[in-house]
Amino acid sequence: MKNESKLSILLKGLVKENPVLVLILGTCPTLAMSNNVISAVAMGLSATIVLLCSNVVISLLRKIIPDQVRIPSYIVIIAGFVTMVQMLLHAYLPDLYQMLGVYLALIVVNCIILGRAEMYASKNNVLNSALDGLGMGLGFLLALFVIATIREVFGNASFANLEIKFLADYKIAILTQAPGGFFVYGCMIALVNKITKGRAIKKKEFGCSGCPNVHICKKEVCEKETSQSLNIEKGAN
Amino acid sequence: MLKSLIVILMTSVLVNNYVLNRFLGICPFLGVSKKLNQAVGMGVAVIFVMLLATLVTWPIQMYLLEPNDLGYMQTIVFILVIAALVQLVEIILKKYVPSLHKALGVYLPLITTNCAVLGVTINNINDSYNFIESIVSSLGCGLGFLLAMVLFAGVRSRLETSNAPQSFKGLPLTLIAAAIVSCAFFGFAGIIENLFI
Repeated sequence: MKNESKLSILLKGLVKENPVLVLILGTCPTLAMSNNVISAVAMGLSATIVLLCSNVVISLLRKIIPDQVRIPSYIVIIAGFVTMVQMLLHAYLPDLYQMLGVYLALIVVNCIILGRAEMYASKNNVLNSALDGLGMGLGFLLALFVIATIREVFGNASFANLEIKFLADYKIAILTQAPGGFFVYGCMIALVNKITKGRAIKKKEFGCSGCPNVHICKKEVCEKETSQSLNIEKGAN
Repeated sequence: MLKSLIVILMTSVLVNNYVLNRFLGICPFLGVSKKLNQAVGMGVAVIFVMLLATLVTWPIQMYLLEPNDLGYMQTIVFILVIAALVQLVEIILKKYVPSLHKALGVYLPLITTNCAVLGVTINNINDSYNFIESIVSSLGCGLGFLLAMVLFAGVRSRLETSNAPQSFKGLPLTLIAAAIVSCAFFGFAGIIENLFI
């Protein structure tokens, strides 16, 4: 692995390898929690805290955990931190706890966190893993914030529950509903494609290469899928 | 009694569809829906695991965690139980029912970290369903997942040949198609109130 500067490790998660818009990980919470800026920021911050803590602990334990049981061990570590965040929110910010609901517990199965544990923290030292976790978490937060801003401002004519008067007559209510989530997210990825001229996405064709389960799944489906999509791409070019 | 069960089933299949309305299980929905037979295999495997997971986690929550004031352990216990269960089922199927293992085997490990399965077990507890209602609700969620996968596989086979703008090719177009399918499911919103109640 080549030597990267500490700053570039931190910053690559924000833009170049943004987990939501470039690596296409963690789609479920992105879609579900982005109809409102407050819930999006709360979700982003909770996931960042869990990601930072789990990356540090997994990096510390990377030489102790046997290879065969690493995925279950990572899941236990992540679930422990998720439970802590749940208890803290329940005690100090009960309104937010209600708002996030089941999605807070579902941070456990968020592919970003398991993905970073498998792809980065299990191979790198503690400081780099912490920076990587922080960067990826902030990238997740940033992407959620942007999508939620678009959906809330145009769908509900408000920003973080503050009303925007001049847009009140032009609400596009469907943007705050389920279809709006898919639509805005699709447009954001297309925009990233346009800006990077498709370089970012082409490297990581959606599917198994970016999937944290690639090592535990049987690979048959994955390899078939990737070779198929490669063939399609070759055909298109 | 029967009527309330039908309401729960229809609600979770059509109105609160897990994929298209509650955004759970998006990864397999986007990843495995390219081919119809793969979509059906994944959908059936999800139904199977959801039912099993509910069968096991509901008694654990009611008879083990709650009497001992261990409700806060829910997340850790559930995810571990589901992960272990999936492994166990895979081993048993491989040994005793090889034909079923051949059909579902490749999808089973992927389901361990599928948020729809963990989501349905936690939601059953949060909605304070009893045991029978939990099973029916899991069945409904699984059927809803299968329905969404099959419908979407059909839509995607059309998308493959479409002439989209360069930057929309691939995932963005898929997501926008998902938005339209999700819109279609909005049509079911009032159906339960009008048909059954």
